[in-house]
Amino acid sequence: MPALGARYLSVMPSTTLSPRGTTARSTTIALKLLMAVTGLVFVGYLLLHMYGNLKALTGEEGFNEYAEHLRSFGEPMLPHGGLLWIVRVVLILSLIGHAYASFKLWSRADSARRTKYAAVKSAATAKWMRWGGVFILLFLVWHLLQFTIVKISVNPDKQGANVTSNPYELVVASFQVWWMVLIYVAAMIALFMHLKHGVYSAQQTLGWTSSPKAHVRAMTIGVALAALIVVGFLIPPLSIAFGLID
Amino acid sequence: MDLTLKIWRQTGPNDQGGLVTYQVSDISPDMSFLEMLDVLNEQLNAKGDEPIAFDSDCREGICGMCGLMISGHAHGPERTTTCQLHMRSFKDGETITVEPWRAEAFPVVRDLVVDRGALDRMIQAGGFISANTGAAPDAHATPVPKPNADRAFMAAECIGCGACVAACPNASGMLFLGAKITHLGELPQGQPERDARVVAMVNQHDHEGFGGCTNIGACSSACPKGIPQDVISQLNMDLRTALKHGR
Repeated sequence: MPALGARYLSVMPSTTLSPRGTTARSTTIALKLLMAVTGLVFVGYLLLHMYGNLKALTGEEGFNEYAEHLRSFGEPMLPHGGLLWIVRVVLILSLIGHAYASFKLWSRADSARRTKYAAVKSAATAKWMRWGGVFILLFLVWHLLQFTIVKISVNPDKQGANVTSNPYELVVASFQVWWMVLIYVAAMIALFMHLKHGVYSAQQTLGWTSSPKAHVRAMTIGVALAALIVVGFLIPPLSIAFGLID
Repeated sequence: MDLTLKIWRQTGPNDQGGLVTYQVSDISPDMSFLEMLDVLNEQLNAKGDEPIAFDSDCREGICGMCGLMISGHAHGPERTTTCQLHMRSFKDGETITVEPWRAEAFPVVRDLVVDRGALDRMIQAGGFISANTGAAPDAHATPVPKPNADRAFMAAECIGCGACVAACPNASGMLFLGAKITHLGELPQGQPERDARVVAMVNQHDHEGFGGCTNIGACSSACPKGIPQDVISQLNMDLRTALKHGR
């Protein structure tokens, strides 16, 4: 069927047959579903990551043992670091899907209203989601360089392989530097705003909020989960910054 | 009341357009917003100027024809239609900015009039429902539980004014679409074509150039009929079900 015919069929009042090329998969709602599912993968990972970070409160031995255990998990069924790589692949795929869907919808929203209003204040939530998301992405790049890929110690007093190859030492050395704490606190504020709306939004996109009661519940879950994750992530760095851990 | 009005003037679809400032005086606080514009148009007519074009029909808040962006709020500061908005909602001496609905899917025809045909084409894309015509069925032949009937009626209150699209930061038509999907989805008569309908309507929505929904909720806040956001969740659920059924 030629393209023009397909378009005509899709607006014809006398049929409900889906014309070729217009499937459920080709809709903006399918893009949102991709965003919701990949977002929930990240929420699950954040909870695990937060749990690992809190191990820092148990001291050097507990924290480093946990870090090593992540690599030896599942041996000998899995190779050394096997589980870690499975998780990494899932996260990389989720990141690609999440970013793809969000940029696609962002550009679509921009072209859906080319002439702006003279007197409308744009929604703060939308800005926090988009620019906050970009900030979190940039933060993620730095975070991975710092603690995973390169292992950078920004503390002038604590340099050398004995710091960078010791996960606990590297974390403590990093958060004794004030501007590092500032970056992480800023990232956690952006993460709170992103999760507060994102967790609620994912539930709405998945169609779990089809009554006013469920709607309120989804919003509450969003705020609660965002607060839990952000507070959990802030405890170790702030404890180090205030000298409770060293 | 004396007011300063900044009103969008545009001679046609291809004109660039711009805000023009007008002064009106001795406006009664009991006038509706449209009556205030009528007064301004009479002044313009008397001077031989072109009157301001705006849509209106029933002027009792039920047809969905009128709709203006008033100082950044769809239908103005109250939750109602523009025709049911009264001048007592404004302060004496206030400056009011009046703009048309802004969305690529709603091209400006002239001044404050936009073409909302995209909403009609979405309805058309939804197609028919299988209902017998001819012999009238018995009233109790198809039972509808009360909660379903209530929710269907709540969704059917949508008058298609387009305020949801106008207020949405993404110019998305999902609240309108959600209302229509929920309205038929709650009723037994809407079941046979349910999957096909949601797929066709969402594709038409996207084809018209509306943005995607980001669940901000500006639509529901602006809706004169108070259609809640949970109809969008229903829409998402129906699309996901259609996806599962291989549509």
